[in-house]
Amino acid sequence: MTPQDFDYLRKMLRERSGQVLSAEKQYLAESRLLPVARKHGLAGLAELVDKLKATTAAAPLTVAVIEAMTTNESFFFRDKMPFDHFRAVIMPALLAARAREKRIRIWCTACATGQEPYSLAMSLKAIGPALAGWRVEILATDLSNEVLDKAKAGIYSQFEVQRGLPIQSLVKFFTKVDEAWQIAEEIRAMVKFRPLNLLNDFSPLGTFDLVFCRNVLIYFGQDTKIGVLNRLARQMPSDGFLILGAAETVVGLTNAFKPMTDQRGIYVPNVAAAKPAPASNVLKFAAKA
Amino acid sequence: MKTCLVVDDSSVIRKVARRILEGLEFEIVEAEDGEQALDACRRHLPDAILLDWNMPKMDGYEFLRLLRKLPGGDGPKVVFCTTENDVAHIARALHAGANEYIMKPFDKEIVEAKFQEVGLI
Repeated sequence: MTPQDFDYLRKMLRERSGQVLSAEKQYLAESRLLPVARKHGLAGLAELVDKLKATTAAAPLTVAVIEAMTTNESFFFRDKMPFDHFRAVIMPALLAARAREKRIRIWCTACATGQEPYSLAMSLKAIGPALAGWRVEILATDLSNEVLDKAKAGIYSQFEVQRGLPIQSLVKFFTKVDEAWQIAEEIRAMVKFRPLNLLNDFSPLGTFDLVFCRNVLIYFGQDTKIGVLNRLARQMPSDGFLILGAAETVVGLTNAFKPMTDQRGIYVPNVAAAKPAPASNVLKFAAKA
Repeated sequence: MKTCLVVDDSSVIRKVARRILEGLEFEIVEAEDGEQALDACRRHLPDAILLDWNMPKMDGYEFLRLLRKLPGGDGPKVVFCTTENDVAHIARALHAGANEYIMKPFDKEIVEAKFQEVGLI
């Protein structure tokens, strides 16, 4: 790949998906995009870039390139601590704060192949009778339609179900399908999957009491990170919660959130700095669905 | 240093498990079947046991049943590690007192995740 072609790709990825590809990642672009070129009947990467220049943002080739360059690493109960916080800190707080509405909305912003929202759904099942009469929605979004298809099917390899998933949960919530494992319909039904580019407007989605935005900001440039965090803040009530990845923070980026005292990895809207969304859930998106 | 008893009739599996677990700072004791494993446990109870299911002389299930009857035998964390990967086998192992279950083939990442899950790391 010529330096000019690589520069074009980096610029396109940044503009269309927010993803920042550093200069030394040319090998990554080549290894991931050669199969895309072959699949689209193109001779090589030079022809792929030429074709990209002549296509629109929504063209199948552009979508395929963006999806191929997206990292979709995910596993059940990844990093463990956020899910411990979910059970021990966040859900008790939300059950108390939303006792009148009996409604909680959760958003996984970059769900990849679905392990994160399904981990939350299994955690909710474990809460049991305390959630009787409650409506808890989990919206899971991702840029890539390909990974969303896999997420919706809820079918995972033996390797995937062994990473982070306690064996008791495997037995309880999965059935064996040939050599793979499928998560139970009752868990799949708890999650709604939708395609979403985090560069786009979030307001049609409504407001969320809890947002999991993990291991996605690390791929963005500074301005994009700030933009995403500020727009997330506008979709959350003042008593909402934001969970970021272990290598991510709001510190130095925005005052819209602040770290929660004594709870590493949890951020809360900074009411002194911004005007968050009202606590009543505006469900324009759900009404459309 | 914590000790882990690796019980498998395959020397290749024992070697792979040893390399992974030594990397996780476990001292390793090996046994080729349930009988050898039970003798090892009578001498010294390990912190962890990585246990195959199908073995000559005494299988993993029978070993686990007898282990749990030993004085202090409920102490070791037992992680089954086997090609028997249907739900019935897994449920039977859990019912017998296994703490976790690894389906072969496995790698370091999976062993580490499962040992973390039961509090060994």
